[in-house]
Amino acid sequence: MGKTRVARTGNEAMAEAIRQINPDVVAAYPITPATEVMQIFATYVADGLVDTELVPTESEHSAMSAAIGSQVAGARTMTATSSQGLALMYEMLYIAAGLRLPLIMAEVNRALSAPINIHCDHSDTMGGRDAGWIQIFSENSQEAYDNLIQAVRIAEHKDVLLPIMVTTDGFIISHAMEAMEIYDDKDVRGFIGTYKPLLPALDHRNPITVGAIDFVDYYFEHRRAVAQAMINAKDVILEVGREFGRKFGQEYGFYEAYKLDDAEVAMVCLGSTAGTGKDAIDNLRKRGIKAGLLKIRVFRPFPAEELAARLRCVPQICVLDRSDALAATGGPLFAELLAAMYEDRSEHKIINRIYGLGGRDIKVGEIEELLSAQVSAAAGGKSIDRIAYLGVRE
Amino acid sequence: MSNLKQLATRRAPLCGGHRACAGCSAPNVVRQVLMASADPVVVGSATGCLEVTTTIFPYSAWNVPFVHSAFENAGASVSGIEAAYKSLKKQGKIADEKINFVAFGGDGGTYDIGFQSLSGAMERGHNLLYVCYDNGAYMNTGIQRSSATPRGAMTTTSPVGKVVQGKQQQRKDLTACMVAHEIPYVAQTTPAHWRDLNAKAEYAFSIDGPKFMNVLAPCRLGWGFPMELTMEMCRLAADTCFWPLYEVVDGRYKLTYTPREKKPIEDFLKLQTRFRHLFRPENEHVIAEIQQEVDRKWERLQKLCKL
Ligand SMILES: Cc1ncc(C[n+]2csc(CCOP(=O)(O)OP(=O)(O)O)c2C)c(N)n1
Repeated sequence: MGKTRVARTGNEAMAEAIRQINPDVVAAYPITPATEVMQIFATYVADGLVDTELVPTESEHSAMSAAIGSQVAGARTMTATSSQGLALMYEMLYIAAGLRLPLIMAEVNRALSAPINIHCDHSDTMGGRDAGWIQIFSENSQEAYDNLIQAVRIAEHKDVLLPIMVTTDGFIISHAMEAMEIYDDKDVRGFIGTYKPLLPALDHRNPITVGAIDFVDYYFEHRRAVAQAMINAKDVILEVGREFGRKFGQEYGFYEAYKLDDAEVAMVCLGSTAGTGKDAIDNLRKRGIKAGLLKIRVFRPFPAEELAARLRCVPQICVLDRSDALAATGGPLFAELLAAMYEDRSEHKIINRIYGLGGRDIKVGEIEELLSAQVSAAAGGKSIDRIAYLGVRE
Repeated sequence: MSNLKQLATRRAPLCGGHRACAGCSAPNVVRQVLMASADPVVVGSATGCLEVTTTIFPYSAWNVPFVHSAFENAGASVSGIEAAYKSLKKQGKIADEKINFVAFGGDGGTYDIGFQSLSGAMERGHNLLYVCYDNGAYMNTGIQRSSATPRGAMTTTSPVGKVVQGKQQQRKDLTACMVAHEIPYVAQTTPAHWRDLNAKAEYAFSIDGPKFMNVLAPCRLGWGFPMELTMEMCRLAADTCFWPLYEVVDGRYKLTYTPREKKPIEDFLKLQTRFRHLFRPENEHVIAEIQQEVDRKWERLQKLCKL
């Protein structure tokens, strides 16, 4: 097992993973901040470092359509996009899942228009949360790289066969240089294995019809099977995360808990904010506040029971959403966590802060202030809003 | 070119028992195109009448691999299939054999919503044949006008009202748009001219690169003619020069059929209820204008064929 310590941006780390995966086909279209992933990868194609057929389509809708065609044909296929690009793919996202195709996407989180904005938030990825795609968030370049490698095994597992997107935070991760470890090509390739398509459309001796029309007599059963695949994905994600740990040293699960065991207050978040949050937690602890953090790695399937169990003993919880569901009830992560905690029947005070839209920075001090205010409100101090916006001029 | 006897021995790529209307020409187009391939084929299709009538789960009328994913993406979808084939073949992951890739789309899925996807696929140079079966409207959703609908035609979104009667615009010349892509092969034909269609499809399959065929596909429901007249409608379309049969090989135009006697456009229009209102006295000028437009385009095409 060889490892090399390198400095890589999130986009470089993802491009490196794609090179090592060596997909049969990649279909993509440029959009900031994901563009660079494909630019880097195109140089690998041009230099003959991969066997990939690169299909540089005329739109993201066509990129996803070509990717679907390719995967149906029997090829391991990948793509990358952000924001408006993912939005333009929306129709095809559902189709990829409904056709049970283990497509793999590098998604670099970026705000949705209007106003047009190229910076990070999670509204693009959240827009696809009910599309039947597995969604994994990354805190940094290392995780982006590790997650993409695991994505192949998860998506292609016979009990799953669902498309998967691995996300990083636009610019914050995608364009920031970090120290990380990359593994030897042969180890990565050994881990992911070769792709054995179940029913490739290119097998003309055994012709299949893909994308048939279902009426009321079959549609529901086919969608139920998709739902089951997503349920099955939970075990597979854990199994692959453990095996990855055995092979490469870092094990992965549904979430990462940071100083949570004795926490009286915990923040819950996705992606790069966890890095900022950990600093805030350390500072709060120095000040005598028992703060902790729960970083959710897997958003789809949503590990409701596991999250609820992990947070059971934390009385004060603050959910940080980097997107707004515009539902007048807070952000999407908040809504789902709330539902999970309700089922758990434990006594909590859960608040929600929507932050960081369009790349607005979130600072260590803001998190500290927020969590300490929540603790003091719980102790009978000034009351605190249940749902509010953090860092916006109102 | 294969003769009828040879063609008759090939296994039908699309079998009977599908749910297309009696008199629908789309299945004829599909069979004639695919039977021109001596090599295996993989078919992609846009959403539309063809796809919904042939793939009602758990049944399928297709004896060849058939892939449908959405309405506006047949070009992109088959691009992906072809890219997969190239990659897997190059890597030795599949047998080294020739497969022909064919995309079918209706006029809505080709002229309109799928235009960009088609254009992209042609520009990227994928080795595939795109066949538009042009029935002149969105038939699957109930006869709405498309950019292929001829001037004057009544559809459910270009109805005959008190002040506006039928479609006001000329149809888009998609075949010309495809010629402008400077791809190796573009052709126009009908299933009634089966030798012509067969020869064109055989030629298309014999060359590398992107190919496009625009095939007239009369729809008896949307056009309003007796179902036994489907092929007659094709012949009238060609004989009135409403739908000339020609091909463009590497930019060179060639007429593949010249009517012995060019018939007046009324002969084509009068058999179809979608044009019935044009025969009212106040609409006579519309027929005259349609005739002028047909003549203008026919003359231009003849000139292009002499270049
Ligand atoms: C994005 C999208 N818009 C609209 C539709 C609805 N729709 C399905 S088939 C169809 C018409 C197809 O017309 P055409 O391509 O001309 O083929 P035809 O049905 O006439 O054979 C439409 C509008 C759809 N399936 N997808």
